[in-house]
Amino acid sequence: MADDEAGTLEAERADDAERASATTTGGEPPRKGARAARGELPRLTRSGIGGLLAKIVLLGVLDAVVVWAVFVMAGLSMWIPIVIVLLITGLINWIYLGRGKRLPAKYLTPGVVFLMVFQVFVILYSGYIAFTNYSDGHNGSKTDAIAAISANGLKRVPDSPAYPVNIVERGSHLYLLATDPKDGTARVGTTDEPLRVVKNATFEDGKATKAPGYVTLNLSQVLDRQDEITALSVPLSTNPNDGALRTDDASTAYVYRSDLVYDKTADTFTNSSGTVFVDNGEGEFATKDGSQVLSPGWKINVGFANFKEAFTNSQIAGPLWRVILWTFAFALLSVITTFAVGLFLAMVLNHPKLRGKKIYRVLVILPYAFPAFLSGLVWAGMLNPEFGFINQVLFGGAQIPWLTNAWLARLSVIGVNLWLGYPYMFLVCTGALQSLPEEVDEAARVDGASPWRIFRAIKLPLLLVSVAPLLIASFAFNFNNFNVIYMLTKGWPRFTDTTLDIGSTDLLITMVYKIAFGQGGVRDYGLASALSILIFILVAVVSIIAFRRTKTLEEIN
Amino acid sequence: MTIEESLEFMDAPRARSSESDRTPRRRRRFRLGRWFAETGWRHLVAIVMVVIAVFPLLYVLSASLNPAGSLVGSNDLFQTISFENYVKLFQNPDQPFALWFVNTIVIGVVTAVFTVFLGALAAFSFSRMRFTGRRIGLLSLMLIQMFPQFLAVVAIFLLLSALGDVFPVLGLGSQLGLILVYLGGALGVNTYLMYGFFNTVPMSIDEAAKIDGASHAQIFFTIILRLVAPILAVVGLLSFIATTGEYVIASIVLTDPNTQTLAVGLYSFVSQQFSNNWSIFSAGAVLAALPVMIVFLLLQKHIVGGLTSGSVK
Repeated sequence: MADDEAGTLEAERADDAERASATTTGGEPPRKGARAARGELPRLTRSGIGGLLAKIVLLGVLDAVVVWAVFVMAGLSMWIPIVIVLLITGLINWIYLGRGKRLPAKYLTPGVVFLMVFQVFVILYSGYIAFTNYSDGHNGSKTDAIAAISANGLKRVPDSPAYPVNIVERGSHLYLLATDPKDGTARVGTTDEPLRVVKNATFEDGKATKAPGYVTLNLSQVLDRQDEITALSVPLSTNPNDGALRTDDASTAYVYRSDLVYDKTADTFTNSSGTVFVDNGEGEFATKDGSQVLSPGWKINVGFANFKEAFTNSQIAGPLWRVILWTFAFALLSVITTFAVGLFLAMVLNHPKLRGKKIYRVLVILPYAFPAFLSGLVWAGMLNPEFGFINQVLFGGAQIPWLTNAWLARLSVIGVNLWLGYPYMFLVCTGALQSLPEEVDEAARVDGASPWRIFRAIKLPLLLVSVAPLLIASFAFNFNNFNVIYMLTKGWPRFTDTTLDIGSTDLLITMVYKIAFGQGGVRDYGLASALSILIFILVAVVSIIAFRRTKTLEEIN
Repeated sequence: MTIEESLEFMDAPRARSSESDRTPRRRRRFRLGRWFAETGWRHLVAIVMVVIAVFPLLYVLSASLNPAGSLVGSNDLFQTISFENYVKLFQNPDQPFALWFVNTIVIGVVTAVFTVFLGALAAFSFSRMRFTGRRIGLLSLMLIQMFPQFLAVVAIFLLLSALGDVFPVLGLGSQLGLILVYLGGALGVNTYLMYGFFNTVPMSIDEAAKIDGASHAQIFFTIILRLVAPILAVVGLLSFIATTGEYVIASIVLTDPNTQTLAVGLYSFVSQQFSNNWSIFSAGAVLAALPVMIVFLLLQKHIVGGLTSGSVK
């Protein structure tokens, strides 16, 4: 089978060779012998059998895992993912079990699958999240929200029967194994799985102690995981109004019921004092006048609301514009400064008679070898206004607010990024300078051009042609240079006109990170995704314009 | 162009300059002014740059050897030398430095190995086969590298939390999940780099092997992979360096201190008590940076070749 595929590869190769020899005069004639080899009977060499076995085993493992995953997902009612997973698995099997034209796909598939899931899909998914209100209090479906609201504010039902319980474990999740006081059946469930009857449970003195598929915790394990156990709240049934079982001592559980009662037909919650909460259309239950809101809410599509909020909400809009401007300024200044210093240094060290060139080269690229996240932290220490080396030693104890004054902080960030980034430009420029033709240089010198003129009029333009794509890539990189900013200043000093944790040196990407995962405040995934989409658009526009001008893309054949 | 030539173009001018060295020198008196105008000022600039480049590194080294412990105490460079901080670094159970170190190496190595493998597979097909969508594929890969993976960090977080419901081993908090996420970036940056290098291996080698009855898999695994070994090393190393320094995704996926990488662990350690933990942090920084710096400097020449063909730090 493997040999057959090689036949196709061969055919394509032969075609290529023909094409190549047609264009180049005096090229080797296409190998006719290779074509003849196709006619041979397929031979299964020993390694051919080994490859076949490896393929079958790997495919088998993949299919087995997928089948298992499909069962788990069916249990979680994830129907759309099931369809997608089955389609992809089918495609993979089709590619690897077939012959002939599918050969390129066999080599591309492993990488492309990862690329599709963790790079392309996540971008599209960001696009979807950007149009929802996905955030800390809005991260599930409406059904989940109703269950959660019913579970919050649980109170013990005064005449609740006592359920003898044991704590059991499956996977890493804890379950309550409860014995129904009415009919004596064993039931098992956990926080998001209502109680259900288990068969073949082991009873001691009328109390269920073991259930097949579950491991019963012993006393010391129970003591270790007390917090998890007291946090368990197991619904009695799928109807949230029935209440839930909770236990304080891991041996007896009681029925707890929320004082909020959900009315299915009216889609409202009513509390014990008669206040009615209705679905307010924004993914929340709230009173009619909006004065009281029940938490959590649920996820709904909100259209362009996140984008609108980003540019109109007074808490966000002003800071956002400043962050966008600074992001562009930072990326541009970083490219210009690192390129200028790198090029200058490359020209200085690129002299035939300079001694110790090798040593200098190794020493000046050291900052590049030092991990970037550490550089940020080390410089943060050195620039510390009170105790740092720069102020204490170099400025004799002055209290220059390097990282706490808005403009000085911006200067420091550019400076540190220059320290980190110039070695790369130095390496690139050294390489490019050395590949420049020397004749041009000499001709100009003979014609009496000054060194500066030679540089401006000849070397720089030639150099820019070869390094332009790298400068564009460097711009895109610095546009999202998270590590330097976050490790050095954390985006601070903070803006005073907003309560959000956004500051003078924040880039768009650090702002996204803080909005989505910041300490304190609500984690607003929707807004953060909207901002990441904004970054995507900005980077794409800049790259397209830049690449158009340099025409690099045309080189790909 | 042979493989060696393409990697070692940094050395090209040395060959040129040695020629001029060999020509007999005119005997002339050493004149300071002339020397300075020609190469002297270059030494001056170079020395200033070396001081700027190396000083922060010496400062960390000095701080890590200083038993004073605090930020302000670290300003006396190399006054006292003791290894106290290095010992303390491994003793505090709240900051399991040894575990962070191991985690970083494991995640970095596994990611690098698979990145190289996936990238080489793709580069082989782009370089050796002609198929519909090949040009589009190469173009898309080139465009995709403009967008770092961590831009979609929110979606990655939510995807992993959903994945964790199906496969708990891949969910949030799992190193395996993190590695899978990193592998999503395997093709974007590296295939292009490898593709260029694969093209420098002549097709006639494949053809000869084919005539001898080798299958495409044999050609790939036993012939091509060996010939392109230098670029595999470069890509593996670049991937290792990128992975070990990655903070954004690692910080949201790895929440348990025992599973964290150096970037996440050291940051949370030093940001809590910036000034007081300084010396211990410095010791950690020195240990964390050493392996990467050593490998980088040893393979410097090869990395430079790889970098200048398209990847960026």
